Amino acid sequence: MRYLTPRKAAKGLGAAGPGSATAQHWSMTVSAVALAILTPAFIFVIASAIGLPRDGVLDYFARPYPAIVTALFLIVGLLHYINGTQIMIDDYLDHAERKVATIAAKLFGWAVIAAAVYALARMAFAPDLPPAILLPADTTIVIH
Amino acid sequence: MGDIPRGNRPLSPHLSVYRLPMAAITSILTRATGQIMLAGLLLIVWWLVAAVAGPRAFAQADWVLRSWLGYLVLLGSVWALWYHFLAGIRHFFYDAGLLLTREDARQASWFIVAGSVVLTLLTVILFVF
Repeated sequence: MRYLTPRKAAKGLGAAGPGSATAQHWSMTVSAVALAILTPAFIFVIASAIGLPRDGVLDYFARPYPAIVTALFLIVGLLHYINGTQIMIDDYLDHAERKVATIAAKLFGWAVIAAAVYALARMAFAPDLPPAILLPADTTIVIH
Repeated sequence: MGDIPRGNRPLSPHLSVYRLPMAAITSILTRATGQIMLAGLLLIVWWLVAAVAGPRAFAQADWVLRSWLGYLVLLGSVWALWYHFLAGIRHFFYDAGLLLTREDARQASWFIVAGSVVLTLLTVILFVF
């Protein structure tokens, strides 16, 4: 049994608290300012990288400026994308569709962030490591 | 409802017969371009992951990225990005209480459309040279 009345549950949340449309709008505004600064830099970085051979790409993104600009643009951009898509979903969908679309947008956005961060981190820190060390299933690794 | 005498009163505009003003079209395009540019972004992220995955994966991704279809996707995404960029800047003006009259909104709409094409052409020039 719920002892909390609906009024008590809603009290204090206000129209401007975390998770509100106000907080959402503000988060879109802040990320938009960041992306407005990053967009020209990102386009320049990517335009300079396309056409390079693989070694050139690995070296290029191991440098601080291309790596930081690309990482910032992709992370902030995809968070902005998740938030913006959430607003569209809230406008166009209801009920179960809204829940499914919200989850899908979040999972998709974070999956792309993870892939981008992995690639950039590998290029910055360990470009020459093989992608995976494959050992037979019965191998015992002893660390001294 | 059909039996109510309506006289010659104007009915509220129905979306299918109502010609959307430029400000409405450019507003909807802001959302559309936000989704469209994901195509180019995914292509680039795939290309970055392929670069660290190995020479064969990179050769595949690089071939797709630099094929005519890849360049077409990149071109469309760059336009969508510049469009979204300019439309987003208009939102800063909106939030500041500016450009909200009908004439200002119409002019800003044409500026966004024209500006996105100009910035896309500049990007292509930068990319080629």
